[in-house]
Amino acid sequence: MSEIMEILSELRPECDFRSSTNFMEDGLLDSFDVVALVDAFERAYAIKIDALDILPEHFISIDAMVQLIKKSGGAI
Amino acid sequence: MQTMFSGKKITGILGILPECSYTFEEETQNMSTVRAKRLKTVMGYGQRRRAKKGTSTTDLCLYGMRKLLDEQYIRKEEIGAVIVVTLSPDYFVPHVSNLIQGHCGLSHDVICMDIPQGCAGYILGLMQSFMLLEHMQNKKVVLITGDVLSRKEQEEEVFVNPPSGGDAATITILENDPNCGDIFLDMRMCGEENNALIYPCGGFRFEQGKLFEEKVDVGDGILREPYALNMDGTAVFNFVQREVPILLDALFAYAKKDRNEMDYFLFHQPNQFMLEKLAEKIEVPKEKMFMSLVERYGNSNSSTIPLVIADNLAENMKERRFQCCLTGFGTGLALGGILMEIGDMDFCTIIDSDL
Repeated sequence: MSEIMEILSELRPECDFRSSTNFMEDGLLDSFDVVALVDAFERAYAIKIDALDILPEHFISIDAMVQLIKKSGGAI
Repeated sequence: MQTMFSGKKITGILGILPECSYTFEEETQNMSTVRAKRLKTVMGYGQRRRAKKGTSTTDLCLYGMRKLLDEQYIRKEEIGAVIVVTLSPDYFVPHVSNLIQGHCGLSHDVICMDIPQGCAGYILGLMQSFMLLEHMQNKKVVLITGDVLSRKEQEEEVFVNPPSGGDAATITILENDPNCGDIFLDMRMCGEENNALIYPCGGFRFEQGKLFEEKVDVGDGILREPYALNMDGTAVFNFVQREVPILLDALFAYAKKDRNEMDYFLFHQPNQFMLEKLAEKIEVPKEKMFMSLVERYGNSNSSTIPLVIADNLAENMKERRFQCCLTGFGTGLALGGILMEIGDMDFCTIIDSDL
């Protein structure tokens, strides 16, 4: 999980992800960030995320991202 | 709608680009470096062509038409119809096709028709062209795509998100040829997702003459910036990844063809990420699906499919024929696919204009 936080902080250094319960609704991430995160996760965890799993609900929180990475076969 | 045509060919393709090119780096100087760099790599952004202030869609199209007429790739008396696919017409009326007919001095019996479509527009335009050719005997159809949606209006610009649009026009000449094989088409409209790609202002939905300086509620409770294309990127991405594989399954089944028979999959070019995910989904080798256009010219809506042909296969297209799968998807939302043999063209090239 700390690796995910590192990726998020590198991508959006101006955002405080710890104070948000929904990154998308709170405006911390947008659809461009989602694309960047998919690429970062695929590289970091050597996985392929199914295109149909690239949905906003999988990027609203660290927990949701962990579930997505696990679903895509990543060890986390 | 599924249907088929036969005995029709693409005689030639000409792409017309604006003169000025802008790099991703110079346009995203205000963005966080890490975010911009990552998006450049993932989305495949490079540079994009943008029309100069004052250049219209008709200007770009006429530049190409004059070249084709001057160099006698087509003669005026051969033209039976002019179809223009555009989202950025010079006026509501008259239509761009009528302007072109007038400026080129084409006969009064030439059919002129504008199709206000975006990224599926080339497929819809081909469908319309094939239908017209059924009634044209020896006359040819001139199918034009063109947009100036990314035209540079001011020197100082600040982008909130990475810009990817590009301006361009293309001209495709089509004619009847009994030696050509069958063409299979599947065209679908998904109007229930219309809000995923919308220009809220500029039409007749709102009070005429009203100047929109504030955000506009277009009916979904979400306030949108006026006079700008609003795109729900996630919705469009999911639409493409969900619907295009279904469309292609149905199209190949209808045509009784196998995907392995195709030499090339010539798709609309929104960005590299969407195309790579789509290639994974439909299990098409990347070497059969070009993804170069966003990096070289930007996403030019209905012009991307003919441009990707001319950019990657110009010489090959003059020498022999290839089995091709063409697919467009975008505003509407709409999507369409065509399976046809393309090649043995008289011309297939891209030119730079001074516009």
